Amino acid sequence: MAIWFSRSRKIAHFLKPKIAPSEFLYKICSNYANSSSFRTLGGENCRNPQVFSDYSTTILAFRRRWWRPESTRAGEQVETPYSDDDYEDENQALDFPGGRVTFTPEMKFISEASDKRIPCYRVLGDDGHPISGSRYEQVDKETAVKMYKSMVILQIMDNIFYEAQRQGRISFYLTSLGEEAINIATAAALTLDDVILPQYREPGILLWRGFTLQEFANQCFGNNADYGKGRQMPIHYGSNKHNFFTISSPIATQLPQAAGVAYSLKMDKKEACVVAFTGDGGTSEGDFHAGLNFAAVLEAPVLFICRNNGWAISTPTSEQFRSDGVVVKGQAYGIRSIRVDGNDALAVYSTIRAAREMVIREQKPILVEALSYRVGHHSTSDDSTKYRPINEIEYWKTARNPLARFQKWVHKNGWWTDDDESELRGSIRKQLLTAIQVAEKTEKPPLAEMFSDVYSHLPSNLHEQEKSLRETIKRHRQDYPTDVPV
Amino acid sequence: MASSLRRIGKLELFASRFESSTSNSSSGGTWLRGLSTTTINEERLIPHSQETGNKPINLFSAINQALHIALETDSRAYVFGEDVGFGGVFRCTSGLSDRFGKQRVFNTPLCEQGIVGFAIGLAAMGNRAIAEIQFADYIFPAFDQIVNEAAKFRYRSGNQFNCGGLTIRAPYGAVGHGGHYHSQSPEAFFCHVPGIKVVIPRSPREAKGLLLSSIRDPNPVVFFEPKWLYRLAVEEVPENDYMLPLSEAEVIREGSDITLVGWGAQLSVMEQACVEAEKDGISCELIDLKTLLPWDKETIESSVNKTGRLLVSHEAPITGGFGAEISASIIERCFLRLEAPVARVCGLDTPFPLVFEPFYLPTKNKILDAIKYTVNY
Ligand SMILES: Cc1ncc(C[n+]2csc(CCOP(=O)(O)OP(=O)(O)O)c2C)c(N)n1
Ligand SMILES: [Mg+2]
Repeated sequence: MAIWFSRSRKIAHFLKPKIAPSEFLYKICSNYANSSSFRTLGGENCRNPQVFSDYSTTILAFRRRWWRPESTRAGEQVETPYSDDDYEDENQALDFPGGRVTFTPEMKFISEASDKRIPCYRVLGDDGHPISGSRYEQVDKETAVKMYKSMVILQIMDNIFYEAQRQGRISFYLTSLGEEAINIATAAALTLDDVILPQYREPGILLWRGFTLQEFANQCFGNNADYGKGRQMPIHYGSNKHNFFTISSPIATQLPQAAGVAYSLKMDKKEACVVAFTGDGGTSEGDFHAGLNFAAVLEAPVLFICRNNGWAISTPTSEQFRSDGVVVKGQAYGIRSIRVDGNDALAVYSTIRAAREMVIREQKPILVEALSYRVGHHSTSDDSTKYRPINEIEYWKTARNPLARFQKWVHKNGWWTDDDESELRGSIRKQLLTAIQVAEKTEKPPLAEMFSDVYSHLPSNLHEQEKSLRETIKRHRQDYPTDVPV
Repeated sequence: MASSLRRIGKLELFASRFESSTSNSSSGGTWLRGLSTTTINEERLIPHSQETGNKPINLFSAINQALHIALETDSRAYVFGEDVGFGGVFRCTSGLSDRFGKQRVFNTPLCEQGIVGFAIGLAAMGNRAIAEIQFADYIFPAFDQIVNEAAKFRYRSGNQFNCGGLTIRAPYGAVGHGGHYHSQSPEAFFCHVPGIKVVIPRSPREAKGLLLSSIRDPNPVVFFEPKWLYRLAVEEVPENDYMLPLSEAEVIREGSDITLVGWGAQLSVMEQACVEAEKDGISCELIDLKTLLPWDKETIESSVNKTGRLLVSHEAPITGGFGAEISASIIERCFLRLEAPVARVCGLDTPFPLVFEPFYLPTKNKILDAIKYTVNY
């Protein structure tokens, strides 16, 4: 059934001046017979029932159909997901836990796939012009320029740190190349109160929130200024100040945690949500299932964002899942979901803004699948030309480049010039080289930091081990690196 | 000659080349299936390449050879795991899917519990399921499948069912820059689980023979491969199909003053300590345990009865490490013969740290100090 939503007064107020090109509205379709819980907040009736009919969709059990929302209004009796010719007898139903299930004499299997893939919400065409009829959140000049600049900075940072690894100055690196729009547009659409549970290819969120290039460099060099105290591999950032949980290498573990963090926000009645990232590969882990299911059942305000970049190291998505990507998994968990062009910064921004509002207002999770491509190798330990064609990489690097597309748009608006571009690139490069030099010269964390933080207080076994290690170091100073103060 | 087992980290401190101080040999022909241990015991840690004429290869290539042979000799053998199709992130499975087809060698979705659960099912139907977990650090999502399922499959069914054809391979241990999640040595968790075997090879030749035995053993085996040695350890490896016995330790260096027990990559560090100790007139006996579960107490016991002293060393944290089990068992058996407390030189009780790795590890000099302390006790 199709239900219209209205926004809370506060949200409606906040959105109004920014709506473009007409009104920013959305509707949700659900094929659940019993969707009363989806109705408007506080029993309000929906207002402004204009439509996004071009990409409001629902997945039907047997066939996909485009809803014609003109025909429905909030509170109206609406169609069931079954098409009219499907037999069903309302009187013949099973009062099954979870809701009434009607009977049908037909033995029909739900198809494993729909004939049409779920479309992908997009705003900017390849030429940098909004495609006709597209609806999106208005982005003011200041935000747009900050978004563009941040994408450029992220890209330069990636290139320079990657080089630094190649020169042996840091031990490892992993770029977000190709996924700059997901990183930055998501960050721009959130507030600083929203808590991030990252996978590892989302440093742009930190960048947007004010984590400095020096702070990035400090972590990669594992020096004394690294908040992680040199304990983790490069790129495992974390910053309490920026509401960004520390990255952990094991895939998908953050997803059930996200439900717990969000539950806490809910109980504390915070005007904030959790944003939990996963890759396409990550959706195969049991923790992905656990995370989504917990968030749905416990009605936790989590915005799950899957960066579907086509690859999990060498494994293509065709060997990861046989569903129509990730977006369709939401419904199976009772989670609203949307697919967005992850290389379209405006589409990502609009999607995340809308999704965030719903998550917070309704106190329920949403799943966003952002389609993109991992343009770089998986990491500095990988050579992706071993398993994927170079022209595929090239295509995504050029024709589908998220920066290029957004740049055309800011250019077109007269907000950004070539001079701005070269000045920015020059200055960022300089800042990065300085940051690297400083990070490299900064001492490593002192030896005591190996033993601290295992527990809140040093237990006796560690006390003893530290003492014994210090004696060993005295005997064999040559065995130990000199840049770690002992 | 090929001196091979050396570790070079980004810290040159570790770089050390060591060669077997005694040359020894065993003819290539003895590397056959069902080989007796006596012959193996004559092998040195570092063999001399001239003596058998077999090509020196590194450890990942030796694993690759074993997998080739396993697939070749048993049409019901399968190899799978994350990124296995293109050869694996450590190249252990290169060429296998081209050779044996994508139905027998394939990528799995990114899900360790799925990999092991699938493998148990495959093995339960009489197949050889050779599953790869990309890093031992990522084996934990599969812990339930291993501990509650694989290990008890036979027992709980009264031997009606078993998943003996299961082998789980996973790279383990320090590598110089792996930090928390690419460095761990989780063997002790699995040594607490009756029903599975735990095997860790020290070198290419051992890896090939022990892996083939593990694959063909009628019990589920967790096989940890020392990732630091994948490229660094090079030795001649017989090209033919051979197996080395499980649950048999090997004295790889004979000595009379103290017994050292270890496994995997740590043996190379221990060997260096033995060589240094010898300069001080201390004669060390070095034993490669190879199979941690079920383990060969007798070989250790008889060595300790000879030397009167025991030192165990592993990279994993000392508390609850497998060294504790060895120490307790040997104290039970050799109490009156022991002339000093059993020494344990192990990883510290912290998560595996990146920058502090050189401090964390049980280094040659830590072992050497412990040898001297124990001998002079
Ligand atoms: C539990 C676990 N298993 C395996 C790995 C090794 N690993 C690291 S990244 C990765 C692929 C992840 O792919 P995806 O989720 O698509 O993210 P992407 O790298 O494409 O951003 C794998 C298998 C891991 N880190 N954790
Ligand atoms: Mg991916």
